[in-house]
Order: sequence, then structure tokens, then C-alpha cells
Amino acid sequence: MVETRPVAEPYRDARQQRDAAMLGMYVFLGSEIMLFGGLFAVAAVMRLLHPAEVVEASKALHVWIGAINTAVLLTSSLFVALAVDCAKRGRRRGTGAWLFSAASLGAVFLAIKVYEYSLEHAEGLLPGLGAPLKISTPVQRAFMDLYLVATGLHALHLLIGILLLLVIAIRAVSGRLLLPERVIVPVAAGLYWHLVDVIWVFLYPVLYLAR
Amino acid sequence: MSGPLSLWPEQASGYGGEIDLFVIAFTVLIVALSAPVFVVIVLFAAKYRRGRPADREHPQDRNVWLEVSWSIIPFFALIGFFVWSTDLFARLYHPPKDALEIDVVARQWMWKFQHPEGQGEINELHVPTGEPVKLVMASQDVIHSLYIPALRLKQDVVPGRYTVLWFNADKPGTYRLACAEFCGTDHSVMGGSFVIQTPAEYARWLQQSTVDCSLAAQGGALFRGRGCSGCHGPASTVKAPPLEGLFGKPVALEGGATIIADEQYIRDSILLPQKQVAAGYPAIMPTFENVLSEEDVLKIVAYIKSLGPGDLTQ
Amino acid sequence: MTALQEWPDQADRHDRGLSETETERQSYLRAGYSLGSWFFTRDHKRIAILYLFAITAFFMIGGAAAALMRLDLLTPAGDLLTNEGYNRAFTIHGVIMVWFFLIPSIPNTFGNFLVPLMIGARDLAFPRLNLLSWYIFVLAGGFTLFVLIAGGVDTGWTFYTPLSSMFSHGNVVLAAVAVFIAGFSSILTGLNFIVTVHKLRCPGMTWDRLPLFVWAIYATSLILVLATPVLSITLVLIAAERLFGLGIFDPKLGGDPLLYQHLFWFYSHPAVYIMVLPALGVVSELVAAAARKPVFGYKFVAGSSIAIAVIGFFVWGHHMFVAGQSMYASAVFSFLSLAVAVPSGIKVYNWAATLYKGHISLDPPFLYGMTFIGLFVVGGLTGLMLAMLAVDVHVHDTYFVVAHFHYIMVGGTVSAFFGALHYWWPKIVGRTYPLVWGRLAAIFIFLGFNLTFFPQFLLGYLGMPRRYHVYAPEFQMLHVLSSAGASLLGLAYLMPLVYLTWSMRYGAPAGDNPWGATGLEWTTPSPPPKHNFDEIPVVDRPPYDYEIEMEGEDG
Repeated sequence: MVETRPVAEPYRDARQQRDAAMLGMYVFLGSEIMLFGGLFAVAAVMRLLHPAEVVEASKALHVWIGAINTAVLLTSSLFVALAVDCAKRGRRRGTGAWLFSAASLGAVFLAIKVYEYSLEHAEGLLPGLGAPLKISTPVQRAFMDLYLVATGLHALHLLIGILLLLVIAIRAVSGRLLLPERVIVPVAAGLYWHLVDVIWVFLYPVLYLAR
Repeated sequence: MSGPLSLWPEQASGYGGEIDLFVIAFTVLIVALSAPVFVVIVLFAAKYRRGRPADREHPQDRNVWLEVSWSIIPFFALIGFFVWSTDLFARLYHPPKDALEIDVVARQWMWKFQHPEGQGEINELHVPTGEPVKLVMASQDVIHSLYIPALRLKQDVVPGRYTVLWFNADKPGTYRLACAEFCGTDHSVMGGSFVIQTPAEYARWLQQSTVDCSLAAQGGALFRGRGCSGCHGPASTVKAPPLEGLFGKPVALEGGATIIADEQYIRDSILLPQKQVAAGYPAIMPTFENVLSEEDVLKIVAYIKSLGPGDLTQ
Repeated sequence: MTALQEWPDQADRHDRGLSETETERQSYLRAGYSLGSWFFTRDHKRIAILYLFAITAFFMIGGAAAALMRLDLLTPAGDLLTNEGYNRAFTIHGVIMVWFFLIPSIPNTFGNFLVPLMIGARDLAFPRLNLLSWYIFVLAGGFTLFVLIAGGVDTGWTFYTPLSSMFSHGNVVLAAVAVFIAGFSSILTGLNFIVTVHKLRCPGMTWDRLPLFVWAIYATSLILVLATPVLSITLVLIAAERLFGLGIFDPKLGGDPLLYQHLFWFYSHPAVYIMVLPALGVVSELVAAAARKPVFGYKFVAGSSIAIAVIGFFVWGHHMFVAGQSMYASAVFSFLSLAVAVPSGIKVYNWAATLYKGHISLDPPFLYGMTFIGLFVVGGLTGLMLAMLAVDVHVHDTYFVVAHFHYIMVGGTVSAFFGALHYWWPKIVGRTYPLVWGRLAAIFIFLGFNLTFFPQFLLGYLGMPRRYHVYAPEFQMLHVLSSAGASLLGLAYLMPLVYLTWSMRYGAPAGDNPWGATGLEWTTPSPPPKHNFDEIPVVDRPPYDYEIEMEGEDG
């Protein structure tokens, strides 16, 4: 017999509660898009004003490391989708396993990113950390600033996502998260993860592939 | 400067008069758009007071034509004023070519004005009537804004670029100028005098002011003293773009674009040489960011402007 | 028959002077007495009260800063405050008033209290998120106050670069962090309202039956969610520039100080619509209730709120006409700024038309409504003056601008806030207040406000820049008038504090619907019980369905 969780105030029924949670997550994601939108606007302005220097600066980044990271994140999104699928069927351990795998891939992304930062630091490309800079033009300096802020902000969001997925994975496996009744929880978290992924999918070409 | 309070500011130029005319006309429009509303509200509040007998039959609660007309008609009136105002505004972006050019450097918390023949003033600006005056302005530090109420003009002075303010003053007298963009602690006291003189008075003032030499000559001294002629002079072994006759001509840049060599271009070439490299030249010019002040750069710009073809001296 | 002189629930008549009526005993106010029942509440009504206390405190602090400024401005010399002290005072005034009073004022008090009641719901969509928003707000506000007062920030609330990023000696980074945190409160509030209005309307409450206040809160919430994040990223960039020397706004490093202005105003212009849209929604309610008549052109008024929210995102460049942006960009922004005035004009004309053939009562809420209309119209039309490019060159960054935005934000929003307070107070606490005092306060506010701010239009056109406390002696007369007006205004704002507090103990019990108004909130007891409705209502009538005469009856 399936235990139905009582519907929270002020909802009339479970469906209304679920709809509200989904809309809430979409609205939140909209605000996140505006947050990164500001950075994309800065990038667009920079590209419009100084096209040649932006291309030069972009070439200095490690395209292949970025490409690997992109593949890592896309795969993690796939894992999250699989986790949601398990959750819909009430398979707690499957849900937990896929979420854990996705979170691990997220951690792999972060590790690769840290390695990439260390490379750039050694090459004298990273501003602001006290190292001697081998940046030649002011525009390259501004570009690397933007790169640092944008990827740093993205990494912060990714870290939050990793923690979120881990917590949900643990709760799913331990049974504290009722599945499939509370499938909305992994669905909403999944939406967040997918957005972090999509933001990277736009950041990568804007930063690494400007030609 | 101080005296009894008048409720309308002094007007020292024809342009200022046009602004005042616009303001008065526009005020008439907005009063016409709003006063009836206030009157109507008060009238209705009285006439239809609760408990007071009145004809309240068949009140409407919607009328699309009414809505559309009281939206569209005022909007068209506004558009008329928009066109008028934009035209006045556009004039500010087209300074006449033969204007008397005065350089301005703003810094926390003072104004320095440099006349072309080298006369300098601090917090006071003397200008003649009868000819257009163009101020080329630079900031040493933060954003300032030169505001001359009697001309109805202001322009922000932004670090990293030159901004321009031009006018034709026609009423001699002493007026106020002020900084109108918050710039730190002493923003409130970063003001001064704006003195409009007849041409004769202005000429006399110029003669009486201590002068080292003209701005261009001072710029030339800097050009040689700071080593610019080492690369850009005729005897140089380094491949550097020639500067004779450069000002105002198009320059081909690395990367394919072409730009006109104006004051901003020359300034950026000195302070941010990597920003726009001339095509075919190595990008090896060092920056003079920490060596030259904005004032110095303005003088060098004046010098380069004065160079005709083949003028570069040792 | 004026409202509040006869109330429907005659049985409570002899309860006058009692400390607690039966209705109050069963209301949300008495559902739990402990501190915990307030500070851990999920009840939107209690959260609204928590916000009311918080914003009142911030209003007083911001007002104290203003008082200091107006005192200093009595004389042309800067003899009360030092130059830096004055700069800090107007920074405190701006930061506190904008982010910790005006933005949350109507949405987080009246929006929180009323939106669920108006749509027939038991609470907002995410009650715990609502409480979290309050905590974030209060913590951020406390932190901001500490930063502004202890270390001092002297950049103005606008934080223009490179002054803020490279030259200021104050706690700019901490201030940026504090405001950044406050932004979360805004975003979560907006999110909550959007989901609530979409998903929790009671049966029959279609979009075209929503009260106009709900439409206004909805439009405001769109801006809260979409604009605030841009402020967040701008603050992050300023902090990065100051902490790590990242040079996005630094011209010496190839950056552009104007880029900051674009980013800042992209948020801050829509932010002023966050401040005014809820007020416009309140006034629609006040006018309808005062006239006992449907608002004229309901669809146009509802749509105009959305139109203002949308167009408001495209006018930010009108803050930068003399900043060094391109002439063509300025022309486009000027044109769009004229366009955004059209929906506001629609509202005002429609309110006037609502009064036509109505049954108008000059109770305090309506007087505040009229105060709003008079002052908002002056503010809005002077905004059109500012949108005209050639005029703005003269009056930008002068007292003309200061007067314009105070007419809208104080003459407008604060008047509407007080109107809402006087209108819904009986619902919130279950007691009525002496109408004569309410009317007096409204009149004093109107007079005090005009005396304070009208001279500032003249000062601005005469050429007095803003953010100055040293000025030419010939301006002194106008400043003295303005400071005198400010004193009257301050006293007028304090008056309601006295008689409204008095009413909580000594006012006559209000009954469900003391004003005889439409709206689901008036079908509940005053004050409402914690769960709002015993049974979720079903709506089958249009909004503002006052009885309209078809024959010639009077009164």
C-alpha cells in the first residue's frame, strides 16, 4: 500500500502542489539566466568593441580541456535524467546511484577546472592572484577577468548542484525521500543541474571558441 | 554672483534661450494634460459625493475608443516635443570645426583649463563672445561632469576617454560652473567661475596671463623630453608610424579596421598602445601610463595636431 | 452613510474599549502567543506584520539620515556635517530607503497579507520560503546598516565606478555583499507571488477577475525575478574589481566605466517600477472602494501594469544621456521613456473616469489615493521633462531630478503605502481608527510634501547640483522652505503611528467589511483566522461588482 504524504498547506491536492513546485523551479531558473545574462552581455560588448583581441585572448585558453569538461557535464546531465527516470518508478537505489554518479562527474569537472586554472596560473594568464602576468593587451586582461568571474560563478553553482544531488541521493537510498510520491524533488534538482549544464554549453563557445 | 534670488537662471547663450523656450512650452503641455484631470477628480468627488443626489444612470465601465484616444493623442503631442528636443540635443554633437579649443582636465577636486596659447587657469574659465568654443575634456581619476547652468549645458568627463562640450557664449558676465557627477569627498566644493568676456577683454586677459608657451610647444618639449622622438623622430632606427600630418587622417589598423586619428586615438596610442596597433608595425610601443598625466597627454595631442607633413624636428 | 460610523456587526458594539473581541480571539493574531509562534511562523499574515515592523524601522533610519541632510542644508556652508559626513549621510539615505524600505514596502507587507486572501487561498505557494525571505531581508539590512554606519560608505547608493571600485576608502565590498544578500529576499518574494497567482487561485477566480492589486503585484514580481539578478552580478563585479583588481570597469586596464552604468541601470530602472507598480495597484483598489464602482477600463488598467513592467526594461539609458553614450542610443532611450509614460497615463485617466457617477466617500484611504494621484502625476510629468534630451542636459544630476523621483517615490509610493495602511488596517487588526485623524494626517502629508519638494524643482533648474551640501547663498531661501516642509512631513508621517496604535486597544471593532467594499478579503472576519477561509470560496462574479444603477436612484 502506497503511503501518500499529506498535502502541505495551502494546497488542495498533490497535483497542485507539484505544479507549483515545478513553476517555482522554472521561475528560479529564469532568475539564474538573468544572472549569467549580465556576464554574457559583458562578453558581447567586449567582442563587439575589440573583436581581434578577443579572438587572440580566446586562443590562449585550453580548448581541449574545456571540450573534455563539456563532455563530462553533458554525460552527468544524462545520468541525472536516468536518475529521474528511476525515481518515477520508485527505484530508490537506482535513483541514488545515478545521482551519485552525476555528482561525481560534477566533481570531476571541478577537479579538471582547478587543474586548468593551475595551468593558466603558471602561464601567467590569471589576473588577481598576485602572480606575474604575461598578458599583453588590456583587452586580454579584461577577457581573462571575465573568464575568471564567469567560470568561477559557474563552478560555484556547480558545487551547490553537487551537494544538492548528494543530499537527495542519500535521502532517496535511505528511504527518507518517498519515491515516486516525491519525484518532484529529483525532478526540480534535475532542472537546476540541466541549467548549470546549459550555461556551460553557452559559456564554452563564448569563451574558448571565439574565432 | 550672489544677490537676490531669482526663480529663473541667467541665460548666457542663444542655445540657452532655446532650451528655456522648450521648457516653457513643454510645461504648458504637461499642465494641459494634467490640470483637467485634477479638476475633474475634485469636481466628481464633490458632485458624486455619497448620499448626494445626482444622475448616476448608466455609468460605463469601459470604452475602448476613449481609452485609445486619451493614450494616443497625448503621445503624439509628446512625439512632437521629442523631435524638437532631439534636434536641439543633436547640435551638441556637432561642434564647428573652427571652434576655439580649450583643454580641460578634471581631477579630484579641481578643474584645470588650458588655452591654446598656453594660458592655464584653475577653477576659472575665461571665454570670448562671438566665436564657438570647444572644450576637450579628460579626467585624471574618476568621472566628473562640467556643468555651466547659464549655458544650460553639462557633459560628463570620463576617465579613459575624451569628451567634448561646445557652445557659443554671447552675454558677458561672471557665472558659475560646478562638478555635477559625484566624485568623492569634496564634490560639493569642486566649482568655480565661468567668465564670458568681449573679444577685446579676452585678448587683454590672454596677454596678461603668465604663459610658458603655447600648448603645442609645451607638447613638443614633452615629446622630446620623454623620448617619443627616439622612435618617432626622423633619425630613429626603430620602425614606428610617422606622426607628421597624422591628425585627422584615416589609419589602417592591425586586424583590418580603419580608424580616423582623432584626439582619442592619439591619447590611446600613448596610454594604451596595445589597444589599436597600426597595420604593418610591431606592437612594441611601451605605455606612458605612469609617466604622463592627462594634462601632459593633452599637450602632446596639441603638438601632434600642429604637425604638418615633414614637420618633425629633432 | 459614511463607512466606519455604522458597522454591520452590531453585536460587537458594546465591545468597544475591550482589549480583545471574540473575533480577535479566533484570529491569526492570537493563534499562538509565544515569540516562536511569530518568529517561526509560516502564516503569510504574520510574516506581513514582521515585515511591517522591519520596514518601519528602516524608514525611520532612512528618514533620520534625511533629517540630518535637510538640517545641514539650512545653511549654504557645510557647517553641520563634514564633506565626507554628508556623503555618507546621503549614501545611507539612498541605500536604506531604496532597498530596505521602498522595494519591500508594499509587496512584502500588503502583498503578503492580501494576495492569498484576494485570490481565495490559504497562504502563499511557499510559506517557508516566505519566512526565509524575511530573515534574509532583516539580516542583510542589519549587516548593511552596520557597514554603512560603522565603517562608512560614501559613494552614493549608485556606486559609480571608478569612484567605488578604485578610489573610495569606504567599505564598498561589504556594502556590495550586504545588498547582494538582500537581493535574494527580493527574488524569492517575486518567485513566491508568481507561483501563487498562477497556481493557487480559487475556483472561478480567472485572470480577468483578479483584483487590480494582484495584477500589480504580479507585474512587480516579474521585475523582481528578472531584474534583481543583474544587480547581483554587477555587485559581484564591483567586489571582484576592488578585491582582486579585476579591471572590467577600469579604463587603465582596457575596461569601461560606462559598462558599470549600463549594468547598474539595467536593474535600477526596473527597480523603480518595483517601487511604484504596487502603489498603482493599491490606488486602483482605493478608488474603486471610495467610489463604490468598478474601475473604468479594467482590462486596460490590468494590462498597463504588465506594459509598464515590460517597457520599463528598455529605458535604462535615460540615466546616461550626458554620460558619454552615443547620441543615437540616447534618442532611442528618450523615445522609449516617453512610451512608458502612456500606460501610467491610462491608469490616471481611468481612475478619474471611475469616479464619474460613483458614490464617493472622502474617507482617509481615498484622501491618500487623491494625494497619490496629485503627486504621482507631477512626478511622472517631470519625468517626461527629464526624458527630453536637451532639457536633461541642463537638469541631469541637479535637484530637479531629486525632486522628480521624490514626487514619485515619496509622494507616490509612500502615500499609497499610507493609503493601504488606512484602508486595510481594520482588516489587519480588527479595529477602526478615528477618521478625522486619518484625514488630517493625509492633508498634512500632502502639504508638507509639496513644501519640501516643490522648491527643489526650482533649485534644480537654477543649477544646484545634487549631492552638494555647500551651495551658492542665493539658494538658501528655497532650501529653508524645503527643510521646513520636511519637518512638517516628518511629523505628519508620525501621526498615524499614534492613532493607529491607539486603535488596537481602543478602536471600535471593525466587522468583516467596514468600507462596504468588494473583494474576497472583505468576506473574512477582521482580523481573519489563521486559515483565512473556512471553505475555499468559489467566484462567479466580475471584480468590483458594485451594484450599478440602471434607473435614477440616489445615493
